Amino acid sequence: MDIPYTVEIRRDTGLINGKIGIWLFLASEVMLFGALFASYILIRTGAPSWPRGATMLNVPLATFNTIVLISSSVTMVMAWASLKRRRFGTFRIYMGATILLGGVFLVVKYFEYSAHFHEGAFPSTNNFLAVYFTLTGLHMLHVIGGMVVNAYFWGPGSKLWKTNPEWFTNRVEHSGLFWHFVDLVWIFLFPTLYLL
Amino acid sequence: MTSDHAVDIDKHVRVYITVFVALMVLTIVTVTVSRFHLPVPVAVTVALIIATIKGSLVACYFMHLISEKKLIYAVLGLTAVFFLALLALPVVTVHDGYWIH
Repeated sequence: MDIPYTVEIRRDTGLINGKIGIWLFLASEVMLFGALFASYILIRTGAPSWPRGATMLNVPLATFNTIVLISSSVTMVMAWASLKRRRFGTFRIYMGATILLGGVFLVVKYFEYSAHFHEGAFPSTNNFLAVYFTLTGLHMLHVIGGMVVNAYFWGPGSKLWKTNPEWFTNRVEHSGLFWHFVDLVWIFLFPTLYLL
Repeated sequence: MTSDHAVDIDKHVRVYITVFVALMVLTIVTVTVSRFHLPVPVAVTVALIIATIKGSLVACYFMHLISEKKLIYAVLGLTAVFFLALLALPVVTVHDGYWIH
């Protein structure tokens, strides 16, 4: 049996099912990160003193990573726009660039983490580092998850383009929504952890 | 693909590029402001205002929330209520300036 409402719009919701699904999932993600942000506020406001992020973290590297992640959001949306224009070759270039930029983000994060561990800075060292590693670690897992899904659509999953291009375009839009959410979370993590 | 549809997507692409430039400029502004070493409450306010503007640009244009269906807005509205309640929890744990244990 075919999956219903992958392309045609449901009359009652005015949407395809996949879009409602991804937005409900993102709503749960907002609550997940929201709980961690609330914990961060609680720990920070309750602490007698709190270090400025810049004194313990590498701001230039994090700024570079912010630019990388924002750029990956643009390539992601351009990948979707390429499918809307029926240009599959261009889609693969933009999607490939998105995956590559995600990889660059992770490599930079690896160097950041390595430097912290080399200096003896671990999550158990103090509350600031516990918050930093928890939030950035969870965010990194999301980047990896997004890259896996994007790689699937770049590679084996793209076979769907030949049989049902509209469905494939919708799938790419949904994975894009997740990727932009990951970018959005970083937009808040960067100033709150590194600059304040 | 109709020519109208192609023109529509071309307009979208121009918007994406504009938003990208705006996000880059705002990132530079965020880092520059942090170098002024403002008092923490002011620094937090400024940083969060800029981050909110950047987040809104991503949500409205890259995630197409600016032209989404009512059901999505309803889901997000409900999420926003619970999210704000979650962020307010630390505030309600304080009574007369002391933490409730």
